[in-house]
Amino acid sequence: MIRKYFFICVIALVSFSYTAQLVYLQLVQNKYKLLSDNNAILKQTIYPERGLIYDRNGILLVGNQPAYNLLYVPENDYAFDTLEVCQIISISKNDLIRQIRKAKKYSYKLPSIITQQISQEEYALFQEKNWKFPGFYLQKKSIRDYHIQSMANVLGYISEVNSNELKNRPNYELGEQIGRQGIERTYEKFLRGKKGVAYFQKDRFNRIIGPYEEGIYDQQPTASSNLFLTIDYELQNYGANLLQNKRGGIVAIEPETGEVLALITAPNYEPKNLEGRKRSNYYNLLRKDTISKPLFDRALQAEYAPGSPFKLLNGLIGLEEKVINPKTSFICQGGHYYARNAFMECHLSPGTVNDLVEGIYRSCNTYFAQTYKGIINSSNSVQEGIDKWNYHLKSFGLGDYLGYDLPTGRPGFIPNSQYYDRWYPNKSWSVPTVISNAIGQGEILTTPIQMANFTAAIANRGYFIRPHFTKNTTDSMDLIKKKTSISPENFKPIIQGMHQVVEKGTARIAKIKGIEICGKTGTVENFIKLDGKKTQLTDHSIFVAFAPKENPKIAIAVFIEHGYWGSRWAAPIASLMIEKYLNKKIQRKRLENQMLNGNLEAEYKKPYLGKPFLINE
Amino acid sequence: MNNHLLLRVDWWSVLCYLILVAFGLVNIYSNIYNGITLSLFDFSNIVGKQVWFFIICLIIWIPVLYINCTLFEHLAFILYSIMIILLLGLFVFGITISGATSWYDFGGISLQPSEFSKIAVSLMIAFILSGIDAQLNKTQTFLKFWVIILLPALLIIAQPDPGSALVFVSLIFVFIREGGSFYILTINLAFLFIFILTILLNPINTSIGIALVLILIIYYFSRQSKKNSLWSYFVILFVGIGFSFSVNFIFNEVFEQHHRDRISLTLGLIDDVKGIGYNINQSKIAIGSGAFNGKGFLNGSQTKGGFVPEQHTDFIFSTIGEEWGFVGSFGLVLLYTFFISRIVFRAEKHTHSFPRIFSYCFASILFVHFTINIGMTIGLFPIIGIPLPFISYGGSSLLAFSLFFFIYLNLDANRLS
Repeated sequence: MIRKYFFICVIALVSFSYTAQLVYLQLVQNKYKLLSDNNAILKQTIYPERGLIYDRNGILLVGNQPAYNLLYVPENDYAFDTLEVCQIISISKNDLIRQIRKAKKYSYKLPSIITQQISQEEYALFQEKNWKFPGFYLQKKSIRDYHIQSMANVLGYISEVNSNELKNRPNYELGEQIGRQGIERTYEKFLRGKKGVAYFQKDRFNRIIGPYEEGIYDQQPTASSNLFLTIDYELQNYGANLLQNKRGGIVAIEPETGEVLALITAPNYEPKNLEGRKRSNYYNLLRKDTISKPLFDRALQAEYAPGSPFKLLNGLIGLEEKVINPKTSFICQGGHYYARNAFMECHLSPGTVNDLVEGIYRSCNTYFAQTYKGIINSSNSVQEGIDKWNYHLKSFGLGDYLGYDLPTGRPGFIPNSQYYDRWYPNKSWSVPTVISNAIGQGEILTTPIQMANFTAAIANRGYFIRPHFTKNTTDSMDLIKKKTSISPENFKPIIQGMHQVVEKGTARIAKIKGIEICGKTGTVENFIKLDGKKTQLTDHSIFVAFAPKENPKIAIAVFIEHGYWGSRWAAPIASLMIEKYLNKKIQRKRLENQMLNGNLEAEYKKPYLGKPFLINE
Repeated sequence: MNNHLLLRVDWWSVLCYLILVAFGLVNIYSNIYNGITLSLFDFSNIVGKQVWFFIICLIIWIPVLYINCTLFEHLAFILYSIMIILLLGLFVFGITISGATSWYDFGGISLQPSEFSKIAVSLMIAFILSGIDAQLNKTQTFLKFWVIILLPALLIIAQPDPGSALVFVSLIFVFIREGGSFYILTINLAFLFIFILTILLNPINTSIGIALVLILIIYYFSRQSKKNSLWSYFVILFVGIGFSFSVNFIFNEVFEQHHRDRISLTLGLIDDVKGIGYNINQSKIAIGSGAFNGKGFLNGSQTKGGFVPEQHTDFIFSTIGEEWGFVGSFGLVLLYTFFISRIVFRAEKHTHSFPRIFSYCFASILFVHFTINIGMTIGLFPIIGIPLPFISYGGSSLLAFSLFFFIYLNLDANRLS
């Protein structure tokens, strides 16, 4: 009878299915053993100390120092004096209470961070009184210790990974540091090392009783590697001092190797201010300064018109394309009519006759306008001409990322025929339209590091090696001699001209006794939009140079925003940098003081004072 | 009736009972053990309390065993009335523990009348159904049966302790056994099925499913050449589809968040091991990590770490699973199956209907506790906070189930043969 056995059947069914589930849970599945172990086994990650960073001469730039996080485990806590904790670790009572509430919500058994990176003094004080606060623990962490005040732009900084990044980076755990920007970011793997793991057995009261299974599952951390930069600390620091109260960038490269000796941007900030708790406030401060833009690495990212130094390249191309030879002369009429009613001024007095060397050291606009015209017109069409010109410039690493080992940068810009065809439909453009390119104005944009790089290429008489910042990771870089499209013999007259620039030309102020310097000044017109109106500001002061003339050791580009003549700021600063690097000692104390104390802040404020102002004073 | 009473007692059941209680005490002990040996008779710890409750049970056993068995029949109505009054009295005198006003406080010992109401309801049902002209397919008996159950159930739901009230659903087995219509069961199961299906899929798919099943049934019956009115199928179809479409409303508006969470967890719709799924996940970890042999008495790291909440009461099966492994937990399932089945078989041997129905009630209620409690710890049932009889910590539960069992023993020993 079905009614009699219905219940028994249901009982049998339930018992059977429960047995099946028990078989599954306890005999088939073995993940539960693991999960249970996770509850009872404490996994502790051992982080290797982050690699140290040295300069090219072995001077320590960035080390590590201990920092302490304050942790809290609700389970172990009992009533304590909130105010006392607040006083010791300088946290507001509300914050503390909020953090504790958050911790309790997260877990009663697991530690939560109350506050990060408390200072050494706070640490010592708290350590002493820790017995009063049983729920609190101090966790040691390692943070960066900076031995240098400048160079934040090169070094970058480290901070904790955020939860977004964790999704794509399985090797990172919450609370771990990751390199941001600069060297710290590029060489993250190198500097980070490989973390190890240690397992501890907890007893059934949640106390650690020793290593788990005699430590057979433990993994030793792999030590991180130290990094040797190509940067010369002395030179870098000196450059940073020279750029005080100015805006601009300096890039110094060793031409033979492509090693970057100094990379300075101004204004800058102290790297240690981006450490730990101070970071977010300070970073915001930097970020909000949209006028002086301290976070903007002018040496790598600022795209300026190169100005007169660009004449060197046009000269080289002219020689290569046989448009001119070293003897070719042009008459300067104090300028150059390049089209009807269109006149490119030149500062030379009318009637001056210049050959190539004179054209360079006198920085004659007319000479290079003629040369440029020749280059473009030497082909069948302007399009072809400008593309040939573009090809030569590209071989100097212009108009594209240089491929150095820092994450920031800009490509600059070298126009080609497509660009002008787009701007001037019906191809209604000709040489006069683009004549500004002759003297490094116009559409051309270069960054200071690109300028230093082409200077290095000139110094090397026809090749450069990709600029880079580290000495001991070069295996990963493809450091080959990149040949320019210019034959080595064509460099001779150009270098001669550059030498004369310093000897008797526009940059006599840069002359150093006993060192043959080759350089070229630049004075670059520039404009901003002020209240919707295009407004001209004081010219940028530019200087590129290398020294010594034979067997060059340093190539340098200096860019001082709104410094007016290239010879006023950029040339003396470059000269001092060269003297510092080659002689290790500055003889010209007066010039040095003048540059160190020079202040352009008044110039920078002008446009924002809200009244008419004079430029190029 | 000629043998001495003690020879007629169902000693196999008594053995089951004693093993269950003893095993319960062992596991409660393990739950609170923290390295210091605990006194078994110390009222200040819960093992001691439970031991004392057990001693009280044993003391009660003797008079209950020797009471004249016909007395229960006569007392049924009075006991039931007292129980209703006690449940009503809770609203005035009851004390509230974790949200439910379910306890009377007697100087430190709190008792839960809802635990005892199961006995009273069982006695009352046995009394009503063993009446001379009681027939469950008659409307009068049918109504009486359900009113007897619904009255205390509603009072318990109002405490609010819906979990304990749900236990009364098990009396459907008594209903079926005593000649109740299978349709009631079928309809309820159909509703439950539609409910789950709608949550898992959606009302439209479920409705299509209902229609398909009905078409199959119509086809089957037409092959059997049985004629049923098509109208009745349409009614079923509309009710089914209507219910399916109202499931979302019931689920979202009538149920509370923790009900929704528990149902979704069991159906595998959500998997939140840190938040709402924490209990069940930790419980499964504890049971699963026990493997075949278990970690051994007092050695369960899950139990010791206190990872499973409510582990000495509702989740005690996770301690058993962890420390005694498959051997212990499967053994317990077997023991329960044997115990309940034995009660059912012994019930069937009664010639008189009162003891049969009462025993059946006892088996049903024991069974539903067993099913829900173990089911939730191994993740086959939504979490419903009811204890594992004889094993979970709790004085009321132990006392009530023991009393229940003793009455069963009395009736069983005094069978008319």
